[in-house]
Amino acid sequence: MSRFRHLISIDDLERDDIEHILSKADSFVEIARGEKSSGILEGKILANLFFEPSTRTRMSFESAMKRLGGEVINLGSVEASSIAKGESLADTVRVVSGYADCIVIRHYREGSARFASVVSEVPVINAGDGAGQHPTQTLLDLYTIKKEVGLKNLRIALVGDLKYSRTVHSLIKALAHFGAEMLLVSPEALKLPDELKENGSFAECDLEYAVENADVIYVTRIQKERFPDEEEYRKVAGSYRITAEMLKNSSAVIMHPLPRVDEISYDVDSLPNAIYFRQAFYGVPVRMAILTEVML
Amino acid sequence: MNVLTISKIKDGTVIDHIPSGKALEVLRILGIRRGSRERVSMAMNVESKKMKRKDIVKVEGKFISEEELNRISLIAPDATINIIENFEIRRKFRVRIPERVEGLLRCPNGNCISNDGKEPVTSAFRIEKSENLVFAVCMYCGKKIYEIEEYLV
Repeated sequence: MSRFRHLISIDDLERDDIEHILSKADSFVEIARGEKSSGILEGKILANLFFEPSTRTRMSFESAMKRLGGEVINLGSVEASSIAKGESLADTVRVVSGYADCIVIRHYREGSARFASVVSEVPVINAGDGAGQHPTQTLLDLYTIKKEVGLKNLRIALVGDLKYSRTVHSLIKALAHFGAEMLLVSPEALKLPDELKENGSFAECDLEYAVENADVIYVTRIQKERFPDEEEYRKVAGSYRITAEMLKNSSAVIMHPLPRVDEISYDVDSLPNAIYFRQAFYGVPVRMAILTEVML
Repeated sequence: MNVLTISKIKDGTVIDHIPSGKALEVLRILGIRRGSRERVSMAMNVESKKMKRKDIVKVEGKFISEEELNRISLIAPDATINIIENFEIRRKFRVRIPERVEGLLRCPNGNCISNDGKEPVTSAFRIEKSENLVFAVCMYCGKKIYEIEEYLV
């Protein structure tokens, strides 16, 4: 019996639903690595409806589906589809739900995945709705933390754009379930909105303190377009950059939802602290857990 | 002595204890606007023991469903309803905050799917109360509305 039919927002999940998915993901790691094979989703078809660009999310869903024996169909480019002719999202979803057993959707409008779940005949998984939700990213972030350092007594520093990053907002809500202590490191203009501090334990600090005291440093990209001029952006972005030198005496692990621009220097990649590529890999077993949850 | 300036109705619905100045919004919530055929009388800024100043709306010849009346609680949480039959009060009750309203409010988030004119979508909001504050949460994008009357459709 599935715990949920659709996965739209991390807010829809209770702590035990999250724990269920995380422990289920554990059982898929070897299959995700290609060390074991599985045909658990044989005969099932996943439809990827990506109205916005994606590399990791789309490909890791494909990899997850294929390694479990299922098939994947893709919308392809929006310009080459009926959407270019003015077809509504509702009609696209209704049509595609007749072709597949599950829909993964990324769309530029907030609330689009929820709406798709209302009109779809098959389960819908939200792979990002504008500035809204991206619950599978949150689940893979939690899984990475659980695997690498554990979720108990966690002290995590969130670094960068805490104002606009949907990844950070969802992660904060999820971490509140686990009693994590959250250190906030951001420029003044990109501070975490107060309404997101309703649940959980928060403290503001600088990057140096975070590197010395946190178990996990979760870095996000500071976007150029958030600043009035490029000079201002360069000044701010440079002061939130993680380097190998900075991590000399630190045991904190470094996470990043990727893609990175220059917020983590390449010399960090070879350090044991760097776990962001493993984090991207964990997207596969976590998405396997989600796909099997909604389709079986 | 204060004299109420609108007369009694024979059959219909009286909405009392509306916060002063909100009577027109109450009519909007009930879908009564230009071109509507209901006979409506309204008193604004009348004296009230409980509220100092209040508005009253009387809708004659029409019994409004409880579900519709409960929508009034979004802007007038203390409103009382009197159902009148043959000049007598048949039933009296306070509005209750509905759990959900559809098609009544517009989401302030311009990028919310519920504002996409191309889609066959009706706005839907969950109504929540925190202490004395009533607010609406968009069921699509999660945006919260505190100034509810500003977003009535």
